[in-house]
Amino acid sequence: MIKRKSGKGASNITEPAWVRCLLTTVALGFVALFLVLPLTAVFVQAFEKGWEAYLAALNEPDTVSAIWLTLLTATACVPVNLFFGIVAAWAIAKFSFPGKSLLVTLIDIPFSVSPVVSGLIYVLIFGLQGWLGPWLQAHDVKIIFAVPGIVLATVFVTFPFVARELIPLMESQGCDEEEAALTLGASGLKIFFRVTFPNIKWGVLYGVILCNARAMGEFGAVSVVSGHIRGSTNTVPLQVEILYNEYSYAAAFAVASLLALLALVTLALKAVAELKIRQTLTDTER
Amino acid sequence: MTFSQKRSVLPGFGPTLGYAIFYLSVIVLIPLSALFFKTATLTWSEFLAAVSAPRVLASYRVTFGAAFFAAAVNGVFGVLVAWVLVRYRFPGRKLIDALVDLPFALPTAVAGITLASIYSPNGWLGRYLEPRGIAVAFTPLGIVVAMIFIGLPFVVRTVQPVLEDLDQEIEEAASCLGADRWQTFRRVIFPIMLPAILTGFALAFARAIGEYGSIIFIAGNMPMVSEITPLLIITKLEQYDYGGATAIATVMLAVSFLLLLSINLLQKWSRGKANDN
Repeated sequence: MIKRKSGKGASNITEPAWVRCLLTTVALGFVALFLVLPLTAVFVQAFEKGWEAYLAALNEPDTVSAIWLTLLTATACVPVNLFFGIVAAWAIAKFSFPGKSLLVTLIDIPFSVSPVVSGLIYVLIFGLQGWLGPWLQAHDVKIIFAVPGIVLATVFVTFPFVARELIPLMESQGCDEEEAALTLGASGLKIFFRVTFPNIKWGVLYGVILCNARAMGEFGAVSVVSGHIRGSTNTVPLQVEILYNEYSYAAAFAVASLLALLALVTLALKAVAELKIRQTLTDTER
Repeated sequence: MTFSQKRSVLPGFGPTLGYAIFYLSVIVLIPLSALFFKTATLTWSEFLAAVSAPRVLASYRVTFGAAFFAAAVNGVFGVLVAWVLVRYRFPGRKLIDALVDLPFALPTAVAGITLASIYSPNGWLGRYLEPRGIAVAFTPLGIVVAMIFIGLPFVVRTVQPVLEDLDQEIEEAASCLGADRWQTFRRVIFPIMLPAILTGFALAFARAIGEYGSIIFIAGNMPMVSEITPLLIITKLEQYDYGGATAIATVMLAVSFLLLLSINLLQKWSRGKANDN
């Protein structure tokens, strides 16, 4: 039955101290086991054989070309998805039209598709047995098992990141400022660059960071389309897999530590961007 | 200002919508349709044979079963972590809060090899678990562990905003009416959190069933025992069984869409509950 809590007249809205202590310990233990432990393991195992072995592993030719390919892929993917994200967010956030929520759902599709399926669909189109396969072969254009295929598959999996960050942000900011600029005679592009962009710049940064992290780290989709040809179609994650499967553990973790470092930088920038976005939203509410 | 039924007066609607739809079609819709067209070249019996072969069914059991279990673990512990992060103060709280997103940011291959090495028989944890008969690496349990890792942020991040927006007045009212802390949690706070918990569970589940890179290193990848469905798709591709691979991929895609729909509905319910409070 409901008991009366004895004590002060003030109502009781916190747990007893021992409960708080227990819950905190269990929660931190869970986080330590599943997050902190793997994170430290990457770096410890990367340096297991010392600094020189670490640097030698990173300077190995196949690894260097993997790094270049990953950088190239990210440089190709992020701007095109950024452009799409901004364009789509403008259309969706500043206007109302039938089918808007369908469009938003469709944009979210790559998010929910398995990476392996994402790679498979590009093989189905551009592979030798695919729709365009014979045409591509006749013109000696290689897409699957070559760099263009990797870029395409990565564009697919990183497709929604910028858009799904900007759409809610721009929707919550409304159209008032842009319409005011319109009445003052500004053209479309001027409105965007002088009024909209300053308000969304932190959202853009947030989306770009996540898009980049996924583009550099994508494994499943790239695995399907790349052909794993050392020195030419291996990205850094694929190179990690190859080294690990060859039992070159220290080298594999050395290369993996680059990606882990990227993850930590991503998290830090993400935290900053989130803070700035919150500030922007409270500013526009005033 | 109110708006009429007309679209907004801002410029650029036509070009932006047109480009958005064009780019969406070229990158997403047309490639996805290739999947359906390829599947359509199979006859019904070929399709059914491909998606219900014993090895394929075993992979569904492994994948969906492990994902469900992992999402359930994340459901429980995710709520706990969210509660502790929102309600309590302790040194390093902000750091832990940022760290929760690590599975989002860490590339799957890195997570995969790290978890595999930690739980392998001479790994940091494996060396204590294996002698006691708890085999994690190369077993379905390893698959669950990997899925817990990748699903960890989902429940935490869906429950945190609900807890942050929770009005303390409700809890104070319950306490004034004589409820003790556990009753307040069970009868007042938990029902408010429930839609968010279910949404996070569904998100973690959906992510886990499609995951590839984090899992294949720690799983045994033995057919019928510890082979996940994405790996089976790749195996079929390598054997040039495009029809089989596509059929299984279609099943996975259909499940993903169903989950996406459920998640959208859950999020609507969640928003409705939040507005009620």
